[in-house]
Amino acid sequence: MIRTGTLIVVFAIVAALAGPFLWPDDPSAQELARRLEAPSLAHPLGLDELGRDILARLLQGARVSLLVGIAVVSVSSTVGMLFGSVAGYFGGRIDDVISRVIDILMAFPGILLAIALVAVLGPSLVNVVIALSIIGWVGYARLVRGQALRAREFEFVQAARASGASAARIVVRHVLPTAIPAVVVQATLGMAGAIIAEAALSFLGLGVQPPTPSWGTMLDAGRAHLFDAPHLTIFPGLAIAMLVLGFNFLGDGLRDRVDPKMVR
Amino acid sequence: MTRYLIRRLLLTIPVILGVATLVFALIHLVPGDPAQAMLGETAPQADVLKLRHALGLDQPLLTQYRTFMTGLLRGDLGTSFRYNVPVTTQIREKLPNTATLALAAMCFAILFAIPLGILAAVFRGTLVDHAAMTLALVGISMPNFWLGPLLAIVFAVRLGWLPVSGTGGLSHLILPAVTLGAALSAILARMTRASLLEELRELYVLAARARGLSGMRAVVKHAFRNSLIPIVTIIGLQFGAVLTGTIITETIFAWPGLGRLLIQAISFRDYPLVQGCILFISITYVAMNLLTDLTYGFLDPRIRFD
Repeated sequence: MIRTGTLIVVFAIVAALAGPFLWPDDPSAQELARRLEAPSLAHPLGLDELGRDILARLLQGARVSLLVGIAVVSVSSTVGMLFGSVAGYFGGRIDDVISRVIDILMAFPGILLAIALVAVLGPSLVNVVIALSIIGWVGYARLVRGQALRAREFEFVQAARASGASAARIVVRHVLPTAIPAVVVQATLGMAGAIIAEAALSFLGLGVQPPTPSWGTMLDAGRAHLFDAPHLTIFPGLAIAMLVLGFNFLGDGLRDRVDPKMVR
Repeated sequence: MTRYLIRRLLLTIPVILGVATLVFALIHLVPGDPAQAMLGETAPQADVLKLRHALGLDQPLLTQYRTFMTGLLRGDLGTSFRYNVPVTTQIREKLPNTATLALAAMCFAILFAIPLGILAAVFRGTLVDHAAMTLALVGISMPNFWLGPLLAIVFAVRLGWLPVSGTGGLSHLILPAVTLGAALSAILARMTRASLLEELRELYVLAARARGLSGMRAVVKHAFRNSLIPIVTIIGLQFGAVLTGTIITETIFAWPGLGRLLIQAISFRDYPLVQGCILFISITYVAMNLLTDLTYGFLDPRIRFD
């Protein structure tokens, strides 16, 4: 499972980075006379509603998807680990406040809050990252809080406290490392979640704005051509599903490694 | 049990207050002046001021908050800026369509996934199991905004069996319901399999088999019943995902429900309607989670709040 997941993810990263060298067609170049043309040797995935090469746009779109995934996971895991460890380690009033905020945000259906935030902030790539991070950090915080609650009772943590280490040092050097394996699993699955959420927002017209190619925007454009050009819908969707499957495989595999009890 | 019930109910109050406060804050996150944003940059200043007054945006923040909360308690979610009718009227009009779609999707998911999960567990490690679980993984990874158009291409465009969009008879409901229920059925199938495998390891199943019950009978009469608790919980907890999934599904299939109303309200910058829809969907979501927790408590007496 890990191997298949890694293969798909590495393939997507290579395709995103080396895209322009592998397939030099300009993703923005329009050939209106050949719009909606079906796949051919010259354009293996066909041309879109403005006569742009779909393969070139998919490769460019991979950058957007991966970039959003990495940005959202980095921001939300950092913020989540910070709040989670503080809440779990210190307990008391701080824990109460952070836990209530987590409860309220968890009570919201995630994508709905993202839609609401992007609706008021305005559709853009940056706002998508902000919205997804605002809903994303809670999962990490809850995970790390639970781990920190357990870790503060560990003997090596108590020993560090007894030897006079500062709270910040104990959290960073001793408590957080115990949560890292679980966070890595969550982050891998979080990449899949962020990629799908970005595509969903772009599909609804609330994410990446044209002419920047995003897989979600490409799918949205395909909706108007289900009858005459289904390739506009098939390929971007396939790309999203494969990348999400890759991250899910990787995340599931890593979880099985980290927690062998989960293996069925 | 009564104590658990009361405490769980009391705990929901701050959550709903928090959700309402967050939704109230949304309109104040609009960069610049919300009234200007709604009317457009070129709108005359007099119109902007009039709308600011109509929306109460010219009042102090605390007064606005008090008005919003008291309105909410009375079931008043404001007036739609575009349609000039109460937001609650709009929601009431669209709610039956969304409820129909959500229920149909859940029925499809349950009817498809539970037998699949049972088969996978009974034939663990065989081709049947691998095929069922691969199907489930594909279902989880396949976004509904891709599955929907794909189903439309196959069943509406190529085969011509079903309508592409809109409402009408049962035939209009099939594609949206399958699209919306696919992810839930994938999760349910995996959960059913895992939960059933857990039970199949128990001694009472072995005892049932030793008494001469056939494998399938032991599964259906004994193990499956006991594996139902986590399955019921997942169904309840996933209701929220189904509810938010309607936003995309309704957009794909032009289904006139709450989700489509929300997206249209966003495109018209009709913030009172956006707020109302989001608040309504969120509170329904919280209520469903509460109901699931309470059901869970009833189903398994070992569950206690502390």
